[in-house]
Amino acid sequence: MSDTTPTAAPERAAGLPAQSPPVDPAETAKAEARPGLSWWSGDRGEGAKRNLGLLATLVVLVVIGILTRPDLYGDANWVWGNTLTILKLASVVGVVTVGMTFVIIGGGIDLSVGAIVALAGVWCTTLATQSYGAGGMIFTALTVGLAVGVVNGLLVSYGRLVPFIATLAMMVAARGLAAEISDKQTQVSNDSFINGIATAKLLGIPLLVYILAAVVAAGWVLLNRTTFGRRTVAVGGNPEAARLAGIDVRRHTVLLYALSGLCCGIAAIMLTAQATSAQAAMANLYELDAIAAAIIGGTLLSGGRGTIIGSLLGVIIFSTITNLFAINGLSTEAQNMVKGGIIVAAVLVQQVQFRSLTQFLARNRVTTT
Amino acid sequence: MTSQGSDLSRRRMLFGGAALSAGVLLAGCTSNEQAPTAAQTKAAAAGANSEPGKKVTIGFSAPAADHGWIAAITNNAKAQAGAYSDVELKSVEAGADAAAQRAALSTLISQKPDVIVLLPHDGKELNAFGLEAMKAGIPVVNLDRAFPDAKAYRLQIKGDNYGMGVAAATYIAEQLKAKGVSNPVIGEIPGIDSLELTQERSKGFVDTLNSFGLKVANRRPAEFTADSGQQAATGLFQALPKIDAIWNHDDDQGIGVLAAVNQANRKEFFMVGGAGSKKAMEDIAADNTVLKATVTYSPSMASSAITLARLIGQGKGMSDLVELQVPKEIVLASETITKENASSYLKLGF
Repeated sequence: MSDTTPTAAPERAAGLPAQSPPVDPAETAKAEARPGLSWWSGDRGEGAKRNLGLLATLVVLVVIGILTRPDLYGDANWVWGNTLTILKLASVVGVVTVGMTFVIIGGGIDLSVGAIVALAGVWCTTLATQSYGAGGMIFTALTVGLAVGVVNGLLVSYGRLVPFIATLAMMVAARGLAAEISDKQTQVSNDSFINGIATAKLLGIPLLVYILAAVVAAGWVLLNRTTFGRRTVAVGGNPEAARLAGIDVRRHTVLLYALSGLCCGIAAIMLTAQATSAQAAMANLYELDAIAAAIIGGTLLSGGRGTIIGSLLGVIIFSTITNLFAINGLSTEAQNMVKGGIIVAAVLVQQVQFRSLTQFLARNRVTTT
Repeated sequence: MTSQGSDLSRRRMLFGGAALSAGVLLAGCTSNEQAPTAAQTKAAAAGANSEPGKKVTIGFSAPAADHGWIAAITNNAKAQAGAYSDVELKSVEAGADAAAQRAALSTLISQKPDVIVLLPHDGKELNAFGLEAMKAGIPVVNLDRAFPDAKAYRLQIKGDNYGMGVAAATYIAEQLKAKGVSNPVIGEIPGIDSLELTQERSKGFVDTLNSFGLKVANRRPAEFTADSGQQAATGLFQALPKIDAIWNHDDDQGIGVLAAVNQANRKEFFMVGGAGSKKAMEDIAADNTVLKATVTYSPSMASSAITLARLIGQGKGMSDLVELQVPKEIVLASETITKENASSYLKLGF
């Protein structure tokens, strides 16, 4: 039995793989192809259970909001507006997190997302680009995001750099280039179409929320209903087995980082519209927000497992906490401490689940032999 | 092993491709050159002090931050030095942190400048460097972020952070009084909260409001960037359904705050800015946003620092004063810019 068990690939960074059971790509593919137990997790039960936990957390946060500010929550108009505000605050990081989720499930990490958002943002607001109008600005942001993502992917897959190092280098370099292009100035966007993206509403719901919903839906379909998604899980779960199964692991890795870069390009347009400007220091620490949201959403940092809905719930939980602290006038330091605590708690829960699972498997093996 | 050759060449090709695409990215880079800051420099004024004298080499170091204000500091220093025929400026970028700046400054010392002007990452962290340079006989002019040790500098020239808070609170209190608002709701959007300068600004603001019997209802810090300003303001609007006045510490992040004002469609209050950017002054002059005033914290202090460093190098004093030497400490006043005087301050905008 142990002869046929695929071993973890040597080039994978050491993280949790010792505790995670090896994933057989064929079995995963079969499982993913089945319409899962729950459509909203795209997972076989465990993800759904986890997402229920996240929803419960969200409910608790809202209840705390109601208890601490009954005056505000008594006003239905305010509650509706506040819900939309929370979703709007989640929209930019949410789009980045969808791309990040793919990269992490695929066994990598992308530390450069904040810098890519900044680079794409300042590039689309440079005076020359602005003179081409909104179309030119959007094209520029998407192209820059995609191009930087492709470079990341090439460095990781063909350059054989550890993802952490490759994207760390890109994080520094892209911010540097962004500062160069923007001449270290805050670049005001004068395009009314771009700025209008942040104010536009459809049926009373902000356009930014629709963009987030569209990206999340696309990400969900891509991960759960396509070969690309199955391959992503396989590559992240066990790259060597994936290679033996005929997947072009290198090419697939490039595509994952490209996808992350493209998401950053979309986020850059949204953030530029919201701030009506861009600057090299924008989207500060978004990489950490996105990674944290993916992790508490149940994505395994060592790859091979994760859900888009979980990541989305992770982002919304963070923006709800921010909102909760804002309406109560509490300091951002305390808010960051709470966020840190939630991340630790989420990872602890994840580890406990895995420990009991591996113990269960170990016991099973002993009894059968 | 056998495949190594082809593997390498393929990898090289791909790296070439990556480099090429980076090149294309760079070629597409379109410059956003800033107009020269001639208005923020002053050299040609008549008088004995501006006449060419002994040649002075000034070493200069400021953080390579990506913020408009810091960029203006460096630009102003360079422009002001260029305006004197007897000043040579040796400029080093300060890098990312205090350690990097210390390293950069040590290369500066080895070039034996007559005077060093620096804007330290943190005055406390670079205090030792100030002591060392002064001991070596090189006068140090500290810009903006004070050294705790008086022996570490010949001259300290800085903005008045506490005074900014005082000026903003005074303007807000007077406006509210004129409007006859009782129990006003006042919001505050500071910059990076862990910085001493932010804490001083907030203290000046709160102290002065208290003296008028007013208080801050909610305070959401941002990070001196427009996108963080937008998010902080959005949080503030959710917390306070009705606001009478807001002080936003920084005009760069104010771009985002004003965007949030539009997006939330909240116009019931007036806002005071901070620092005095060109865009803020234009908005104030046009009087079509909630921004009605800004309190200055001008990067023109870098130009003044170069002027005074030159005088120190030449052993001259400030000719308007009785003293024969340049004073030890200069704190700029934080002035309040409103619609009435915006046009005269516009040339100092960055």
